[in-house]
Amino acid sequence: MNFETMLFYFFASVTVLAALRVITARNPLHAVLFLVLAFVSSAGIWLLLEAEFLAIALVLVYVGAVMVLFLFVVMMLDINIEQLRKGFWQWLPLGALLAGLIVVQMVWVLGADEISAGSTVVKHAADYSNTKELGRLIYTDYVYPFEIAAVLLLLAMVAAIALTLRRRRDTKRQDIGKQLKVRKQDRVRIVSVPSARQIEAVQEAAATTNGHTAD
Amino acid sequence: MEAQALQLVQSVLAYIGLWDLLGGFIVPAWHTIWTVLKIIAIIVPIMLGVAYYTLAERKVLGFMQVRPGPNRVGYWGLLQPIADGLKLLLKEVIIPTNSNKFLFLIAPVLSLAPALAAWAVIPFDDGLILADVNAGLLYLLAMTSLGVYGVIIAGWASNSKYAFLGALRSAAQIVSYELAMGFALVCVLLAAQSMNFGEIVRGQQGGYGMFGWYFIPLFPMFVVYFIAGVAETNRAPFDLAEDEAAIVAGFHTEYSGMGFALFFLAEYANMILITALTVVMFMGGWLNPFHGWGVLGELTDNVPGLFWMLGKMFVFMYLFLWFRATFPRYRYDQLMRLGWKVFIPLTLVWVVVVATWMQTPYWLW
Repeated sequence: MNFETMLFYFFASVTVLAALRVITARNPLHAVLFLVLAFVSSAGIWLLLEAEFLAIALVLVYVGAVMVLFLFVVMMLDINIEQLRKGFWQWLPLGALLAGLIVVQMVWVLGADEISAGSTVVKHAADYSNTKELGRLIYTDYVYPFEIAAVLLLLAMVAAIALTLRRRRDTKRQDIGKQLKVRKQDRVRIVSVPSARQIEAVQEAAATTNGHTAD
Repeated sequence: MEAQALQLVQSVLAYIGLWDLLGGFIVPAWHTIWTVLKIIAIIVPIMLGVAYYTLAERKVLGFMQVRPGPNRVGYWGLLQPIADGLKLLLKEVIIPTNSNKFLFLIAPVLSLAPALAAWAVIPFDDGLILADVNAGLLYLLAMTSLGVYGVIIAGWASNSKYAFLGALRSAAQIVSYELAMGFALVCVLLAAQSMNFGEIVRGQQGGYGMFGWYFIPLFPMFVVYFIAGVAETNRAPFDLAEDEAAIVAGFHTEYSGMGFALFFLAEYANMILITALTVVMFMGGWLNPFHGWGVLGELTDNVPGLFWMLGKMFVFMYLFLWFRATFPRYRYDQLMRLGWKVFIPLTLVWVVVVATWMQTPYWLW
């Protein structure tokens, strides 16, 4: 067993253990962090396959952005763990069935020959760029599926914004443009207020004209 | 160089008479030892740089506010960072009640580790780089995006409202500004047609010195990148994650001693990293700014690249301090507005502009 194989088994076992802990962890925040660990170790496996673009993109997109938002949401939720774990045994058979189905499908797709011990990964020269190859394939051979996927994503983005965008009249929001346009004249009015002595004089004058004496 | 270093070690050890004993272990593991030595040669200067950057910050802030800054420990306060480090090292590490102990202790590590790991792909001179990988730019984006975990986990594990608010602010801020940063980097890799940092710097090489650097065609991206970098490192005027007037010290409110020191180190290491990246991607890295400028160019062409690289980095490191002394803190909604409504549209437009520009004969870089 060479060093690379050892690395593979290390990453693979960490991935599997972390994935198991995602569904067994009691604290939802721990579950999210185990999912992060699973992503990072699967990125390690992809690196062993010399798919450095995919590996780094996995860390960048899923770990760096998606899971941060997940964590963000989970941290703010007040999750009742008892409530969450209630139907665990009841739904376990269905879950196991689905998992088994997925495994069968995967074996089918990949084919038993591919999984057998004899298959080896082709090693590339040092100047081989996985990123360049991926870009070439996406923008030449698979350009139409790629464009369709991009349009679908754009559609999803527009739909998400359209669903959440609503103007509420009762909230007080600040319009930066208006704030910047404000000048001194709009807000400040200079008035000359009479001083205390002047006020007294005015009051005295008022008192004498009305025929009362100030006490 | 690797083989020569091995020969040097061999001759030194043979001189003391230990080569026969140790040679059998050193030779097969030499590649690993050599890599570790290179890592140490990067990490130690960074740590020293961080220590003296904190002193420089206090001195610069002091001078800008017409006061002397630290001047008691050593001449001109030169031993101040060492004294601060020792003090933090000897302080008790307090773990708050009902906090998540494991996550509380691992959070500072999670924030420092990516800040140091990112340095692996930074070229300091032509060929002076730890890992010359093709996807260097992507690796770097991934590493800088991991730093936010330390902050979020620290805020959550502290079991404190202030820390939690700081963590939430930081998470939202870093995710927002990372997008603008990513698009700015897309412009750079379009211009350089490579994601390798060495290639990016070589792409800025030309006969006209600093006019060949990418900050000219990508000027808006250069500005956006640096501002987003300031926001990404939670520095003033975007330091809302540790807004001391509102939320005590933000995500590291509950940390004391070395836990706090690690967050501190991570913040400054990240700042230096942002300056290094700005220099490599927009300011020509190790290239001579006066190359090809007649006599001036000939005089300066023999200056080592490391000097230019560090000199340019110092300029940007000074900018970080200058910002802190000059600008008042942003309000949170203004921060979000700047990130989402100004930077992201601007960067998106500039990606298209650069891509189109490069198809025309007017692209001179």
